Formats: sequence, structure tokens, C-alpha cells
Amino acid sequence: MNEKEQLLSAALPEVAERDAELDSVCFHCGLPAEGAGGRRAFVGGQWRTFCCPGCEAVALAILDQGLDDYYRLRTAPAERPDEADGELLSVYDDPTFQSTFVRRNEDGSCEASLLLEGVRCAACVWLVEETLKRIDGVQAVDVNYVTRRAQVRWNPDTPLSRVLQRIRAIGYRAHPYQPDRAELLRKAEHRQWLWRLFVAGFGMMQVMMYAIPVYVATDGTMTQDIEQMMRWASMLLTIPVVGYSAQPFFRGAWREWRLRRFGMDFPVALGIAVGFGASVWATLTASGDVYFDTVTMFVAVLLLGRYLELLARVKVSDALSYLGWLTPATGERLLDYPRSRETERIAVANFAVGDYALVKPGEAVPADGTVVEGASEVNESMLTGESLPVVKTAGSALVGGSINVTSPMIMRIDRVGTDTMLSSIVRLVERAAAERQPLAELADRYAHRFVTLILVVAAATAVGWSFVDPERALWITVSVLVATCPCALSLATPVALTAATGELARRGFVATRGHVVETLARATDVVFDKTGTLTEGEPRVLDVRMHGALSRERAVAIAAALEAGSEHPIARAIVRYAEEELGQAGAVAVEVVNTPGEGVEGTVEGERYRLGRFRYAEALAAAQALRRDASMHTEAWLYDRRGPVACFVLGDALKPQARELIEALRAAGKRVHLLSGDGEGAVREVAQRLGIEYARAEATPEEKGEYVRALQREGRVVAMVGDGVNDAPVLAQADVSIAMASGATLSQAHADAVLLSGKPYDLLRVLALTEKSRRIIRQNLAWGFGYNLLVIPAAVAGLVSPWLAALGMSASSLLVVANALRLRRGQAGK
Amino acid sequence: MDALYLLIPLSVVLVFVIAVVFWHALRGGQFDDLEGPAFKILLDDDRPSGQSTPR
Repeated sequence: MNEKEQLLSAALPEVAERDAELDSVCFHCGLPAEGAGGRRAFVGGQWRTFCCPGCEAVALAILDQGLDDYYRLRTAPAERPDEADGELLSVYDDPTFQSTFVRRNEDGSCEASLLLEGVRCAACVWLVEETLKRIDGVQAVDVNYVTRRAQVRWNPDTPLSRVLQRIRAIGYRAHPYQPDRAELLRKAEHRQWLWRLFVAGFGMMQVMMYAIPVYVATDGTMTQDIEQMMRWASMLLTIPVVGYSAQPFFRGAWREWRLRRFGMDFPVALGIAVGFGASVWATLTASGDVYFDTVTMFVAVLLLGRYLELLARVKVSDALSYLGWLTPATGERLLDYPRSRETERIAVANFAVGDYALVKPGEAVPADGTVVEGASEVNESMLTGESLPVVKTAGSALVGGSINVTSPMIMRIDRVGTDTMLSSIVRLVERAAAERQPLAELADRYAHRFVTLILVVAAATAVGWSFVDPERALWITVSVLVATCPCALSLATPVALTAATGELARRGFVATRGHVVETLARATDVVFDKTGTLTEGEPRVLDVRMHGALSRERAVAIAAALEAGSEHPIARAIVRYAEEELGQAGAVAVEVVNTPGEGVEGTVEGERYRLGRFRYAEALAAAQALRRDASMHTEAWLYDRRGPVACFVLGDALKPQARELIEALRAAGKRVHLLSGDGEGAVREVAQRLGIEYARAEATPEEKGEYVRALQREGRVVAMVGDGVNDAPVLAQADVSIAMASGATLSQAHADAVLLSGKPYDLLRVLALTEKSRRIIRQNLAWGFGYNLLVIPAAVAGLVSPWLAALGMSASSLLVVANALRLRRGQAGK
Repeated sequence: MDALYLLIPLSVVLVFVIAVVFWHALRGGQFDDLEGPAFKILLDDDRPSGQSTPR
């Protein structure tokens, strides 16, 4: 059976029935049911196959409740329940612990949000809801399919652990979840916007009803008092629209007025105020014309535009905010490690440095720490954008929030709370978001001048038209104010920059300063500070040159045997090389003597050998015949008593794809520099292998700074790549600096941006995205200016009616936001 | 025509009534999850609870 068929037969009982004899996949989770755990059980009136006791228990629980519709309706097989799950749920009944996530309602009931794990499709939502509703004491359940959160209200007499127990019994895991303030705020804001929109839209429709009779009535068919009554009704309905729905515009306008810096709200608010004021005056004095219909429509259309824009912007900032809720709510603490294996489940906030925690597969690491026992693969994609899990063994560092994939591990907690890597990333990102982006600032200044100009044009229009056609003067002026509002212009830059920053963060590139995206897009020179940013930082055997009669394999085996006990980097490189080349140890060395800084001497199968520096090694041989060429590589010579046997050429290994990176950077027209404090030979060698034209060796930090300043004097924009820890002054000199962080160094990184994966090649994707965002900003600005230039003359000439003006303006800003959203989609493949 | 003197104020009142109804719906969270209910309607269980499934 192929995979698809397996899924099908698991999902459809009919198929499962027909194939009952042949069934090889688990009825519940769809995984193969062969092997040790495989079993058949009489469940729900027929024999079914299960892969493990866990699945059997879950299926039993579901079918016993008569909820077998779940199996009929689900679109994805269930998650395999954790077999050895001895979690103590009673901790959730502890009142002090409960106080962190349970709300007490006025009627005495309790309410909490639960984060559900294992929800795969809509049938899961239904299953959880049905199950919980059947528990005595549970008053209301609402599972949100999108956020995978359950809102549960229950009677305090029922212990919460029973609720969690039932969820566990049907194969899901639930953790209490404390929604953060930002999320609550966003929810409240969303509701408020919907309400404003409803008031405006509904008001608009009804006012329109009153307006149409007045428009279509011919002379004498409508009495004066009916018309006046219609006006009053319209006014009554327009008051909430202008007074409540249009509030955001007025508030914005007031802010702009106070700062004496006109933006997009001022002309709109002015237009609304003028239109409304004139109509109210006409109603009160029973003279002139009323335009309540226009005013309400205006507000409704503008609000709709802003609302859609808000939704789009939430989408944009999602990538930034998602980091915050990655941290799990609870973790399992080992009570008395290493003496016992007992655990208790506690809230992550209660972990202290030095605690030991058990991390099971599928669970998130509760805080930063180190593996002390066990080995597993951990998914760190939320930090690095790297989809492949990373292997972790004892001693490896773990990042809080990453997901353990394969097997259980015990870890020691090293950093908690605000010290964790995730918190520092969130903090850095927030700092960047709070900083004004210079480019956006510039756009705002232009918008200010532009609005000032519009106000003048509008005033001139008002005066001009009052001579030509006083009847229409007011409305043409309002049209000018609204149609030319520079919304698109003001939005063009910030929206694109935010989208780009969010997208970059999602891919493991954290900008900690507001200007990163725009400066990177302008960068002409990329300077690599330190060779270590492009190389692995540890030597590797590049070549073995043979000099004696011995076979290559034999020489490598002897060298590895001599170095087997040493921790010197060169020794490790040779041992590793031997492992890669030969597979197993081919020789054993005895009487090994290590001379620090020189090399090792030892006996292999009766023959005396030396391995190390040339002078040290050749001293063993009687004849000193070899002429040696000067080499820019590090060499380790292997000698026996008769003369040279082999020469191991060692060099710093390049990071994967470093060469491709340099080539691509040069192809993109950027100059690549390498500044290093290392020796001439090593630097030249790396530069040569990578094809870097400009390399400077043995540079002091001052020299590096001067080098960058010299480039800047030529008018070049310098992007500097370093490790960000002890090269801060040099990085600060560059226009934009990027640190290749390895986890622990993040919080000390003094760079404008941090590349979390530590892989230089990822810079290419970053640069491609910044380039794209620059293109999108340009398009947006061009559109904003173009639209306004076109519409001003039309509005002044009285060709644009107010509602058309509002529509055009909203559409134009939406277009700009949609364009910026392209930054998110595009290359989202990885 | 006289009816209009009643109907127009009535329509204004009606608008406010509908607005209050919507406000309640909004406050009750009916617009918070716009995706889930579409699935839930397919899965509503019409059988009395507790009854095990006949097969």
C-alpha cells in the first residue's frame, strides 16, 4: 500500500472494514502497525488494528462516547499518542498555579484558555468540543480552529485536571495558555474596528434611503416638512458615524496638528468636518443643501479601506509577533536528578537556573540550556529558518522554544525568563520596530509638504469656485481634500519595510535596527571582518603529499595512530581525516611522546616515527635531503628514521557554499573585501580560494576602521559581516553590520542585524529580499506620486465627486499595502 | 403621506435597535473566528449524547 492508500484506509472505516484482514496501518493514527506494538483489538463493535496500546486506548475512549463520526469526517490521521506519558495533571489543580492562567467569572465559574497540541483538522476540533461538553461541570467550550486554542468555562467543583485528563484520553495534549497583552489588545482593536465599520456602513445605507426621495422628487411632490424631517433623520444617523466611526481620522488629524506635521489624516478629517458642518447648518436653518449621504459614505469607504489595510498589516507583523508565543507554557522538571527520574510539570516561568528538565519528543524546550543526557534531533527552524532538525548530544546547547523531534533528553537550564535567546530576539526585534526608519521619515516629510500644498490648493479652489459656481464650491473643495490625501505616499515605505523585516526574521535574519533593510539594499561593498566568518575556524587536511615508499593509506593510518591521544586542533584534523578516508584505525602507536608546539614521536609496529613541524620531524632522520618549498599552508610532516614519509597539508576549511556566496555577490555588482587579523599567508590563501579581490591581513581594529572609513569617503555603502562579539567598534563604523551569531553570543552581539543560522550563504537570500523590498518601495512611491499628480487637476476642475474621491484614495492605499505583501509570498518556499 | 410622519422616526429607531443587536453579537465573540464555524456545522451531532453508535 502506498502512503495515500494508508491514509485513506485509516480515515474511512468502510475501507478499513473491507481490508480488515490485510490491514497493516493503525486505525487511529495511520502509522504502520507492524512490529512489537502492533495489536488487534475488538473496539467499537469490530476488530481493528492498532500500532500501540496508546492508540487503542484513545480509539476506545472516542468510540465509547459514540463519537465515531470523528473517524468518518476527519481529513488527516490523528497524532500518535505518547505512550509513556506519566505526566502529573494534578499540578493544574493547585490554586496558586491556577491563578496564573485561570480567570474567575462573576457567577463563580472559572475560565481558561488551553493551547491544544495534536489538532490536525476540523474533526479534531469537533471531537474535543464534544468530549469536553460531556464532562459534568463543564459549562462552555469553544475551540478555535485557526489558533488551536480552547476556551473552557467550568464549575470550580470540577477539578481542571479532569478536563485535561479527558483531552489526554482522546489523544490530544492541552496546556494552559495565558494570552499576552498584545494579543488581547489586538483582539479588542479588531472588534472595535468591526464595530466602527458597522456603524458607518449601516448609517450610510439608511441615510441613503432618506436622501434618494429628495433627489428624485420633482417640484411640488414633496412637502417642505417631510423634506425637513428626512434631513433631521439623516442628521441623527450621521452623528454616530461622524462622532464615533470617524474618530480615528479626527484623532490622527489632531495629533498631526499638534505636531504641526500634516500627514494623511488631516485632509480627510478636514473634508469630513467641513461637509458635516455645512450640512448641519443647512438642517438647522432649513436652508441650502444637505450632504449627509456623501459624508457617511465617505466615512464608510475610508474606514473599509483602513480596515482592510489593518488586516494586511497584522499579516505583515505576524512574523514578528509569532516569536513571542513560541515559548511553551509548561515544562517537566526533574525533581531530584540524577538520583531519581521523577518529574513534575510546572509552569515555564517557575524554572530556575540549574534545574534539570525532561524534554520529550514533540515537546518544546522550556528554556535555554545544555543537554546532559540523551541524544536527539531538535528543530530550530523558528530561529534559523533551517527546516532540517539539528543533532543534539550531551553538551550541546539547546534554545528555548525549539522542538525536540526524535527522543527524550534531559537538559540543564542555563538561562530563564528575559535572559533566554528567544526573549533577546524578541527584544531586539521590538527595538528595531520601535525605531523610526529613516526612509519612512523622509517619506513623511514629503507627505507633510505635500499636504501643506494640498491645503493651499484646496483654499484656492474654494475661492475660485465660489466665483464660478458658489453652489458647488464646498463639495469640490472637499473632493480636493480627500482625493489628494497622500495615504499611499505615507504608507508606501513603512509597510514595505515592515513586511521585509518580518519576512527576514522568519528566515533567521533578525534586524535589530530600523534602517537595516534599506541600507542593505543600497550596499555597494561587502566587507568580511575576520576569516572566521567564511571559514569553519578549525583546520582540515587539504592534501597529503607522499615522499617515501609507504602507501598513502599506511601513512595516514600511522599519522592517525600517533595523534590519537592528542586534543590539538591539527591532531584532531588528522584523526578525522583518517576516519573519513580509512574508516577504522589501521595501526596502534606505543611509546608516544608529545612535545608541545613541535609534534609527536612514537612507535608503530616497531618503527619509530615523528609527526609535526618540519624541523622537529626531520631531526629524526639521518639524512636531511629534502628541499622544501615555502608554503602558505600549515604543514605536518611525517618522518621515519630513513627520511620523509608524507606531508599533511592543512588549511582552514571554507564554510559550505562560501565560494558560491562570493561569486554571487560579485555577480550582483558588489565589491567583496576581506579584513583579517590573521597572518598574511592564511588570509591570502582564503581570499584566493574564494576569489576575493581585496584582502588585508594582519589588520588591527584601528586599521580595519580606517579601511572602512576610506571606502565610505569614496561614497561606497559598506555592509560589514563579523561575529559581532569582539569586533564591535569596526562593525559600528560600517553603514550596516551583520553578525554571524552562534546562539549564545546573540545577546552580546553589537551588530545591526544577526544572521542566526551562521551560514554566510544565507546572506544571499537576505540581500535578494532587501533588493526586492527596495524595488517595491520605489513602485509604491511612484504610484503614490503618480496617482496624486493625476487626481489633483481633475479634482480642482470639479470632475471628481466626493464619493469617487474617497473610493480612489482608499483603493490607492490598499494597492500599496497589497504590493508590500508580495514580499511575504514570493519566495516563501523555503 | 401622513404615515411618513410615523415611519421615518420609526426607521431611525429601527436602525438603532439593529445596531444594538450587532453590538451584542460582536461582544459575544461571534466574529472572532470566521473559519471554524464553517466546519462545525458539518459536524454537529444530532444524536442524543451518550448513545453509543449502532453500526
